[in-house]
Amino acid sequence: MSADGSLLAVSGLSKSYTVPVLRDVHFDLLPGEVHALVGENGAGKSTLCRIITGRVRPDAGHVTLRGKLFAPPNPRVAEDAGVRMVMQELNLIGNLSIAENIFLNRLPGRWGWIDYRRLHDDARRVMSLVGLDRYEPARLVHTLGVGHRQLVEIAAALSRRCAVLILDEPTAALSDTETDLLFRQLDDLRAAGTGIIYISHRMEEMQRIADRITVLRDGCMVATHPARAVAIADIVRQMVGRDLDAVARSQERQRGGLALRVNGLTRGQAVRDVSFEAYRGEILGFAGLMGAGRTETMRLIFGADPLDRGDLYLHGAGTPTRIRSPRDAVRHGIALLTEDRKAEGLLLPLPIRANIGLARMPALSSGRTWLNAEKERENTAHFVRDLSVNCRSTEQPVGQLSGGNQQKVVLAKWLFRDCEILIFDEPTRGIDVGAKFEIYRLLEDLAGRGKAVLVVSSDLKELLTICDRIAVLSLGRLAATFERGQWSEHTILQAALSGHASTPS
Amino acid sequence: MKHTAAMRALLAEYLGLALVLAVLIAIFGLTTRNFFAPVTFRTIANQIPVAILLAVGMTLVLSTGGIDLSVGSVLALSGSVFGLLLVKYQAPWPVALAACLATGLACGAINGLVMIRWGLPSFIVTLGMLEMARGAAYLVTDSRTMYIGGNLGNLSQIAVAGVSLGFILAVVLALAAQVVLWRTIFGRYLIAIGTNEEVVRLSGIDPRPIKLAVFMLSGLLAALAAVIHCARLSSADPNAGAGFELQAIAAAVIGGTSLMGGRASVVNSLFGVLIMAVLETGLVQLQAGEPTKRLITGAVIVGAVILDRYRQRGQ
Repeated sequence: MSADGSLLAVSGLSKSYTVPVLRDVHFDLLPGEVHALVGENGAGKSTLCRIITGRVRPDAGHVTLRGKLFAPPNPRVAEDAGVRMVMQELNLIGNLSIAENIFLNRLPGRWGWIDYRRLHDDARRVMSLVGLDRYEPARLVHTLGVGHRQLVEIAAALSRRCAVLILDEPTAALSDTETDLLFRQLDDLRAAGTGIIYISHRMEEMQRIADRITVLRDGCMVATHPARAVAIADIVRQMVGRDLDAVARSQERQRGGLALRVNGLTRGQAVRDVSFEAYRGEILGFAGLMGAGRTETMRLIFGADPLDRGDLYLHGAGTPTRIRSPRDAVRHGIALLTEDRKAEGLLLPLPIRANIGLARMPALSSGRTWLNAEKERENTAHFVRDLSVNCRSTEQPVGQLSGGNQQKVVLAKWLFRDCEILIFDEPTRGIDVGAKFEIYRLLEDLAGRGKAVLVVSSDLKELLTICDRIAVLSLGRLAATFERGQWSEHTILQAALSGHASTPS
Repeated sequence: MKHTAAMRALLAEYLGLALVLAVLIAIFGLTTRNFFAPVTFRTIANQIPVAILLAVGMTLVLSTGGIDLSVGSVLALSGSVFGLLLVKYQAPWPVALAACLATGLACGAINGLVMIRWGLPSFIVTLGMLEMARGAAYLVTDSRTMYIGGNLGNLSQIAVAGVSLGFILAVVLALAAQVVLWRTIFGRYLIAIGTNEEVVRLSGIDPRPIKLAVFMLSGLLAALAAVIHCARLSSADPNAGAGFELQAIAAAVIGGTSLMGGRASVVNSLFGVLIMAVLETGLVQLQAGEPTKRLITGAVIVGAVILDRYRQRGQ
């Protein structure tokens, strides 16, 4: 332990790429403390953690661990010193089992043969810590949903004693129950003297779990607060450097005609006999627990997966429309912004320009054959300005942008395609507060312009803020639909749990 | 302003390979007595149209993240059909040409359709076609080489400044393919599919017809290469083209085209073909034996890709 009792101390840390991303940052972590790190995307949180875990070298400044200089040349050395990080991006191997992923770099065995019995026993123990005990350790990771993969990642971090644990948005894909379980584990770790650096965009969580909160903005440390003595509004203000007008739903929107009627949509066990209606000029939210079938339902409407049964009636038509592929869907004016924007929404190595135009190339061409560079440039510039996408140039590869700006590019792609029915699956996952509010405003704007907006979100607060109606799915069935004003968090949660109560399993 | 930026981009794109080519030429110029004789370059120019055409097709296929292993065999089969019609059935050459091209197109279409219908990787489907087309070539020719000779008239003798019609055609097609890749919606879709096919599908674009088209194009170019091959050798040989697919892949890869798709340049593949051809010719003039030639060629392929890695990291 160092003289001042801190477990990990960072002083004068600076790092620049083309622009400075960290400027003279001081930060310390006490043993048995949860120290939250907040800031908009690009504020330097990740870079700070990458330096601590040996993934990036600082330009200036140093890190001490228990009073001794700590400069791990690579993540491996950091891990051996007990400094571990659970990344926001999942680093799991889909074709290996849960157990193999957890113990990947230290599989038990001898002479190259894996001792599966021991591996699975160990894995079961760790899995129960995070509530994964319903699965077999031999289950392949790619069969799990995003939330449960995140839990596997956390389990891997918990499987070894560590002095410093860094969690980057661990709850982004977790349900409330799973989050509770995680927090209980963090409490145990805290009691054992582990220092935890906790990055999240969810303010309520911060106040629940953190002892201290440090705010970063544009690479500078703004302030450190004791968590219990500070108001969320103050932190948000420090993060963005300005006051955020709370998303007041500007005015009552006028609900328009029927845009979409879904009747008896079914696919296997994931989506069972789901029926609902969506109107122009409204935001219809979809709430539910992990595995409730929300994403699956949206993919069926979009034709991304084949359906077993069910009909779609579009734009008030009396006869159902067959949608066999996303191509059909888009031609009928339906857009889907997927949950996983990196794997399903964006061409990461390609420039912003190529991504925005993708869904409607003929409009950027001459004679539907030749690309019209002039039109493309103008169109890209228009959207980049309109959505204030923060980028060096429109030629910058999308993969280099922050999460919020990537999401804006996906949005631009579909705004350009100009669909009447827009489905957003987790539109603000992994996005900083500032960008989040911009996206809310865009959704409101779309509804105001008479589009039908469907939003799937695991963040109930988000749905309560922006939606006109909320449909709740539970285990693949539509449990209830609430009008604004008739709902409460409690009733929605009850509806979300209803499917689980009625099934014996 | 705009022009200098474009020039710089162009330089960055092509300078590396042009430099490699220049260095190779300089080395052979210094070490052999008559490398700089015009005849050397004419020989190279007349030898490589086949390789260029196959490399063009391969580059387009690779850009989508696919691969076409069947082009060598398809070349043999279309060439055999060409020879058969000319020699055995005494068909006029335009008819034979049409049948030859149709054969290549059909092989490509089968590749594409099987891939799409059953969702198989192109590696496997075209590996099957590599065997089948070769078998078919033996079948239609009775495993015999046919002498075409005068049946083609003096088509193969036409030359501009000592450079054959085939070479000019191949270079023009390569440049055309580069324009397609750069400046057309089709080209943009190819790169997009190679980058992430699922994103393309979920953007409301059906990737299947585009993939089918690119494999048909590859088959068509292989058939065109067959015509040039037959014309140059005055014969149709069912054994022709064995291993050509690997040379085409090597040329594309030297040019920095990614086997994973999403990154491709036809002009750079052209450089790849030139580098391999200069290497081959130069080593022959140095009187290197076959084993030495292959050792060096192999090393150059891998070396060029390593160089390309550094070039990319620098950007």
